[in-house]
Amino acid sequence: MNSATVRNLLVRGMLAGLAAGLLALVVAYFLGESRVDAAIAFEEAHAHEHGGVEAVSRTMQSTAGLSTGVLVYGVAFGGIAALAYCFALGRVGRFGPRASALLLAAAGLVAVYVVPFLKYPANPPATSDPETIDQRTTLYFLMVVLSVLLAVAAVILGKRLAPRLGNWNATLAAGAFFVLAVGLAYAFLPSYNEVPKDFPATLLWQFRLAALAVQVTLWTVFGLVFGVLAERALAPRTAAAGEEAAHPRAAAVPH
Amino acid sequence: MAQSVAQPTTNPTAVPAKLPIGAIVPWAVFFGILMLVLLYFVGAEQGATSVVAGEDVHEWVHDARHLLGFPCH
Ligand SMILES: [Zn+2]
Repeated sequence: MNSATVRNLLVRGMLAGLAAGLLALVVAYFLGESRVDAAIAFEEAHAHEHGGVEAVSRTMQSTAGLSTGVLVYGVAFGGIAALAYCFALGRVGRFGPRASALLLAAAGLVAVYVVPFLKYPANPPATSDPETIDQRTTLYFLMVVLSVLLAVAAVILGKRLAPRLGNWNATLAAGAFFVLAVGLAYAFLPSYNEVPKDFPATLLWQFRLAALAVQVTLWTVFGLVFGVLAERALAPRTAAAGEEAAHPRAAAVPH
Repeated sequence: MAQSVAQPTTNPTAVPAKLPIGAIVPWAVFFGILMLVLLYFVGAEQGATSVVAGEDVHEWVHDARHLLGFPCH
């Protein structure tokens, strides 16, 4: 029964991820694609040599290709978040199924995206040196893994401190630990700035805002949709737990 | 009686029972890895590392890679 519940939540997580991916795709297409096109236009205007035939046309990249990438990303993170949800449920705090889903989504947005983004922000085409792709890829994934591990460590730390400091101060202490540790990582990891001098600053800013909007949409929709789906899947367990907790009280209340 | 059964499902503050770690781990290992492989193909294949020869995977998900914040060009 427990294994079936995990499978049920996993499937629902992937479905919620797909729904979140669809809305994120709308944002990516309408806010992002015009900036990608503008950056590619800049690149072509400044290219000294022209490459051969494009393997995939711009039209396909900006529609079917973009959809594939964003939807697969949504489903994959939906599945991972659902598994994290299974672990966190009832272990992190006394939150119901929907509040847990929304909190997890918020934590996912911050740990998986915002923290790495503040060090290694999303870049439009033509703003990075192809020569440094190896280092940039390694550092980006390192930053994501580090940020997620630190977030998990902060949650565990907060739980450990809660009996001594109370929930409020334990949460503040865990948050301070996370900010400090992330700050240290920012300070010691190398930065990159390879944006060409004449690349329009407004375009860079708009592209990064669009990239941020895509992720905020993705994680928010995921948290809301998954919360509803998980609540339904968990209804028998919630009822059982509620029943157990309610019984001693029910006996004490005179009818 | 009917009230006590209906109440917990509609009460948003009711906390469901924990899922035992042993029931989660098999799913987490198998599907966790599968999801990470999917993310790898969207975010990094044919960039710093290549599993499939050529540029087709990179070119196909190229715009998503930029807009999802992965390092590209
Ligand atoms: Zn690129």
